[in-house]
Amino acid sequence: MFAYYLELAVRSLRRSPGLTALMMLAIGFGVAASMTMYSVFRGVSADPIPWKSSQLFVPQIDPWGPGHREKGEPPSALTYIDAMALMRRHRASRQSAIIPMWRSIAQPRSGQSDSLIDTRGYAVYSEFFPMLDVPFHYGSAWSADDDARKRPLVVISDHFNQQMFGGGNSVGKTITIDKHDYRVVGVVRYWNPQPDFFEGLQFRVDEPDFFVPFQFVVANHVIESMGSTCNNGRDLGAGLVALLSSECIWISYMVELDNPDAVQAYRQYLDAYASEQQQLGRFHWKPNNRLRDVPAFLDYKDVVPSNTRLSLLVAQGLLAVCLVNTVGLLLAKFLRRSGEIAVRRALGASRAATYAQFLTEAGLIGAGGGMLGLMFTAIGVLCVGEVMPAQLAALARLDPSLLLLTLLLAVAATLLAAVYPAYRASRVSPALQLKAQ
Amino acid sequence: MNVYPILIALRRHKVSVILIVLQIALTLAIVANAFFIIGHTIEHMTRPSGLQEDGLIVILQKWPGLSGVDGDALTEKIDALQRTDLETIRNLSDVQDVAASSQENAAGEISLDADRKGKFARAGYFYGDEHLRPTLGLHLIAGRDFFANEIRHGEALPGSSVVIVSKTLADQLFPHGNALGQTVYQDGKAAAIVGIVERLQTSMGEDTNWEFNSVMEPLREDVLWTAYAARARPGRTTEAIGEIHKALFAVKPMRHMPEPWAGIHSFSELRARSFREERGIALLMGVICLILLSVTAAGIVGLTSFWVGQRHRQIGVRRALGARKIDILLYFQIENLLIVGSGAVIGALCALGLNTWLMKHYEMLHLPLFYVATGVLAMLVLGQIAVLTPARRASNVPPVVATR
Repeated sequence: MFAYYLELAVRSLRRSPGLTALMMLAIGFGVAASMTMYSVFRGVSADPIPWKSSQLFVPQIDPWGPGHREKGEPPSALTYIDAMALMRRHRASRQSAIIPMWRSIAQPRSGQSDSLIDTRGYAVYSEFFPMLDVPFHYGSAWSADDDARKRPLVVISDHFNQQMFGGGNSVGKTITIDKHDYRVVGVVRYWNPQPDFFEGLQFRVDEPDFFVPFQFVVANHVIESMGSTCNNGRDLGAGLVALLSSECIWISYMVELDNPDAVQAYRQYLDAYASEQQQLGRFHWKPNNRLRDVPAFLDYKDVVPSNTRLSLLVAQGLLAVCLVNTVGLLLAKFLRRSGEIAVRRALGASRAATYAQFLTEAGLIGAGGGMLGLMFTAIGVLCVGEVMPAQLAALARLDPSLLLLTLLLAVAATLLAAVYPAYRASRVSPALQLKAQ
Repeated sequence: MNVYPILIALRRHKVSVILIVLQIALTLAIVANAFFIIGHTIEHMTRPSGLQEDGLIVILQKWPGLSGVDGDALTEKIDALQRTDLETIRNLSDVQDVAASSQENAAGEISLDADRKGKFARAGYFYGDEHLRPTLGLHLIAGRDFFANEIRHGEALPGSSVVIVSKTLADQLFPHGNALGQTVYQDGKAAAIVGIVERLQTSMGEDTNWEFNSVMEPLREDVLWTAYAARARPGRTTEAIGEIHKALFAVKPMRHMPEPWAGIHSFSELRARSFREERGIALLMGVICLILLSVTAAGIVGLTSFWVGQRHRQIGVRRALGARKIDILLYFQIENLLIVGSGAVIGALCALGLNTWLMKHYEMLHLPLFYVATGVLAMLVLGQIAVLTPARRASNVPPVVATR
């Protein structure tokens, strides 16, 4: 029966090629616009560490009090005092304080300023690497002992390794950052989660270049107060010593908690810590802490750029208009054939059969629109770099699941659009129609 | 022509009419907002900054950590390096003028009294030496440039005794036009207005009421990140950029210009780059609007064609009863006007509703009624054009059809 309906549908569509093309084009454009924008949105809103994100948490402690809260929320970074307290007590299975470092590093041997390399690095604790499953190519992370002894060690990326040493196993070599020499202990395989959820929450084309021990960096005063926010709304400017004892926030922090009990325990611990600070007279307010896992934290911080969401919204609007358009045209097209319907019904076709016949026809239009949509989506994803910033456009990928989804969306949307027109067609009264002819 | 019979006839196609009205309303709601985004972007990109952009070159660089010196000694060392650079650039054949300039301008408040009790205005700050005004190509409409001996150097702190302000700021503080020579206060410190420039856009006050409130201070900022502005001789911008690069690295190779945000660039290049994302979004909105309008127009053509086919006999009867071709044509045009008109009215409300929602959830400005009105008009015209072909075909139905 289906084959027969298909034959009828093809015949009907070929009878009005203009209208058929118009409907298919509209579906194709609507679906392609939505799917292109969805591919960007999907890339941008994807979980940066899907296998572990529900075990990674960002603690927030309120060091400023009610007057400085936005919607009751504590700030998203920690003060040095709080970060160190959390590190010392070590209540999670793994944890690390994290601060970004932007450095221009000279290539060894050259000494020429022309060969300075701009790098993005982080000062972290040894547990940072196993906590975030950072993959190593050569060597390994430094140890907790190295942290405590404040040893000048560095873990570098493959890319930075290429730039500095031309690749290969560079463990044991030395890199000079500012005035200190750091010994390479590990080289990381390509690792560039998007966004950089552990610090910054930005989308970046290039992976992080190096990691150095947090305690060494702080003890040797080689970080600047850049990036700190203070409750008087200003940069401290004055330098590191003042910053370390200040209530300014500048440290990102991440903990790993393996099960709900551990999460609960950590929450209680944070509240106990804040109460303790309250008793000590440092905080003059009740504990106002947060402990969000990575997806919740990214959601809270609105990492998806509003332009990306707006574009998706507009594209979906286009799809909606295209669908309304299809409903109207299908209705016209189906009812034009009232005579034909009447004859089929008079010859014994049931209402359900008529319904099935018209849905088949709509499905065929949907499939055609889907094919066009696939083509337009492919073009759209290739051209998305023209209208979106490079670091976002790079996240839009054409993969089998996207293509399948495009096709499905086209067919499903067209069938949905056909529900009412097919219903109307199946309700055509045979006697009346036949008499009128 | 009487509208009543048209309305009666439309009642027989309720669903189709509702669908087309809905489609037009949705289209208008989206297109009005999208065009507003496009219009705003274009207006933004073409808003004159007051600078003479052609031939303007911006240089931004970092001195790598100057070991062994800090505090005042560091300031003096950087100042010496800056002065050498400026002298070097000034002597190049393709360079007309060069000035010390600040990497980034800061914003602050400027008031008529020391305690900021009375009138005050927010403004963007430009630090630079006596060459900055001519190098940027700002039009001095009153007063004078800074004198060389007025230029301070060091960290960017208020305290200059003289300032040059933009006309917008001068008019805001002194509505009677007597700003020149007056004393103003910044952070409690007094400064005399010695010059007024016609127009100078700040980089921070975008879309605010202080977008063109600018203050120029005679200060060579001595920080590790230093910036210069240079003006190339007419038509020699590219050559000048190459020359400056060569000369600077020849005089001192230990300097750092991390691309893309530092280095030596023509101002127009930087400007184009900073508008890239905004331009992209506008382009995207444009493409989507184009598809949207085409789909809607095609939908009107399709639906009207169907109606014409359906009413073939009726049209024949009307023609046989004495209706002229023009009457039939008008019938369809007016019918379309009614449908599109009601769709447009609903769409206008939807556009405003959508705009309110967008303002709440996205960085969107208030949609001016101009865009809504233009949108309504555009939809009406689009509808009339789309219906023309099917209506023509209807008017060509011969009266003899009635007898068949």
